[in-house]
Amino acid sequence: MKSAYAVLLLTVALTAAAHGQTLRTAENAAAADKAVDAGGSIDVTWAPSPDELEAEVKVLGYEVWRARRPAGDYKKLADVEAGKESYNFTDEEAENGVEYFYKVRVRGEEMSTDTAPVGPAKATREWFHPNRLNMLIAAVLLSAFILYYISQARAGKVLFIRRIAGLEAVQEAVGRATEMGKPVLFVPGIADIDDIQTIAAVTILGRVATMVAEYDASLLVPCSRSLVMSTAQEVVKEAYLEAGRPDAYRRENISYLTDDQFGYVAGVDGIMVREKPAANFYLGTFYAESLILAETGHSIGAIQIAGTAMPSQLPFFIAACDYTLIGEELFAASAYLSREPRLLGSLVGQDWGKVVILISIILGVVTAFLAQFGVEIFGRSIALEQLFVVK
Amino acid sequence: MDGLTLFGTWIAAFLTLCILSFLYKDNPFYKFAEYLFIGVSAGFWIAYNFHNLLVPNLIDPLFGADGAFPKLVREGQLDIRLLTVIAGLLGITMLFRFFPKVAWVSRYGIAFSVGLGAGLMFIVYLQANCIYQIWGTVQLSPIVITESATGWHFDWGASVANTLLIIGVVSALVYFYFSKEHKGLLGGTARLGIWFLMVSFGAAFGYTVMARISLLIGRMEFLIDDWIKETLIALGLL
Repeated sequence: MKSAYAVLLLTVALTAAAHGQTLRTAENAAAADKAVDAGGSIDVTWAPSPDELEAEVKVLGYEVWRARRPAGDYKKLADVEAGKESYNFTDEEAENGVEYFYKVRVRGEEMSTDTAPVGPAKATREWFHPNRLNMLIAAVLLSAFILYYISQARAGKVLFIRRIAGLEAVQEAVGRATEMGKPVLFVPGIADIDDIQTIAAVTILGRVATMVAEYDASLLVPCSRSLVMSTAQEVVKEAYLEAGRPDAYRRENISYLTDDQFGYVAGVDGIMVREKPAANFYLGTFYAESLILAETGHSIGAIQIAGTAMPSQLPFFIAACDYTLIGEELFAASAYLSREPRLLGSLVGQDWGKVVILISIILGVVTAFLAQFGVEIFGRSIALEQLFVVK
Repeated sequence: MDGLTLFGTWIAAFLTLCILSFLYKDNPFYKFAEYLFIGVSAGFWIAYNFHNLLVPNLIDPLFGADGAFPKLVREGQLDIRLLTVIAGLLGITMLFRFFPKVAWVSRYGIAFSVGLGAGLMFIVYLQANCIYQIWGTVQLSPIVITESATGWHFDWGASVANTLLIIGVVSALVYFYFSKEHKGLLGGTARLGIWFLMVSFGAAFGYTVMARISLLIGRMEFLIDDWIKETLIALGLL
């Protein structure tokens, strides 16, 4: 590579000499760590070659080259088109803490010229990202609301939660399964345990399992992820213990099928048509399998309660299930079912977060309207949109 | 199509028909395909996870050519990659589930996964579902006036679109307000919100059904073109 680079330079120099012309280098080339980022990026900046501005020799574009040493083995990173007043290229493949040197090559029709190596530049990770201050404020505000209402709930304040039809039906569904002597099927979605919807689903599973244990029905939980299965086993075991029925807990009823989406669906469908559960719960993250599951459940006459925050799958659950928890209702379910002060406080705290969002939207819309007429405050547009830009 | 590929196509076609037989009712052919599918895919994912998760994230950093353990031994230095040891230990805790007396140890691994998921997703959800949503809405003016050489003009199309969007967002947000009874103005707005949600779900339903139909068409094309036609060609009948 080194020899190829030398040959290339020699060819360029000879060609230029043959034509009696030279191409002047890019000016003010510099390389520095990209400000306020999570690391891994270095900004390379330069001003146009005087030849581009004076148009004496046609400049086609620029190339950015990188090496670990000033006289090292340079590798081309990018082509940048000519025609700008100043240039900026961000090398997003830099390793944090490693020194890099850069060259900018001016490319003409028959020749090219490199700048001297610029650097060293090191990518570093910043602890604070001022451009994401709005995210910090939103997170702190929301956390403050939640913590305040949790403390209120713990202090004994009665917190009201409106009726959610899908959750009122949970008891009815478990009761129906008990009366019919058939099992309850709980499908916790196909995502892993680090997915927030799966976490919500497993929390609800705990409440459903308590009811199942109290009613002395049986519970089937086929899982598509091994970690979800382990978590579900722990949660259900705990629920049976809480209900005073540890003897009724059947670990083998909470099983792993496969990670494969449609392999899992085939397995759950098989369980449905053979075990004929009287109540089916589909709660968590679902994709294309939602309708297949819900249709099979419908065909065996089970009462079906679904809940997901996947907007593309909600229509199928609404069409094929008796009750559907839409989006945030899924996250509210565990608080609603348990009436536990900690969860209720968290739910009310989130509601206050929504009030802040509503006020922000209304103010934002009003200012967007006024900004059309050039209304300004301290010489700046009145529109609030910039406050919500996350970089 | 060579003989071996055609043989594979026959197996794929047979398994496709076995799965489709579920449309009639549960039967031994479906059971066979179901068990095969689950078994093969479970085995596949174990191998996939081993080679794509465990090897690059744990085994290579620790025991690869430039692994942390050899480096630690050679230079007596701590390496950032040793953090993977913690992840590895948490993973090993999951194996304690096989031994009932110490199965409780696995709760550490589970607790870490759940806590990590919830913590990471807090910011992701806040950004994607909250800040971006606000940003998208606060740019809209319900009455759009444009200026041209002839003066100010009222843009009907943009005004109606923006107004619908603003009302839709606000009313749907009110529907998800849980700590007040949905009565009076709040109840009316929430009902409007659920109407907006249902209309959008209806549109999504139609769109996705069409995508599912195209999947069915794909399978039918496989059966007709890749299986039947190729078999007839191989037999010299076409």
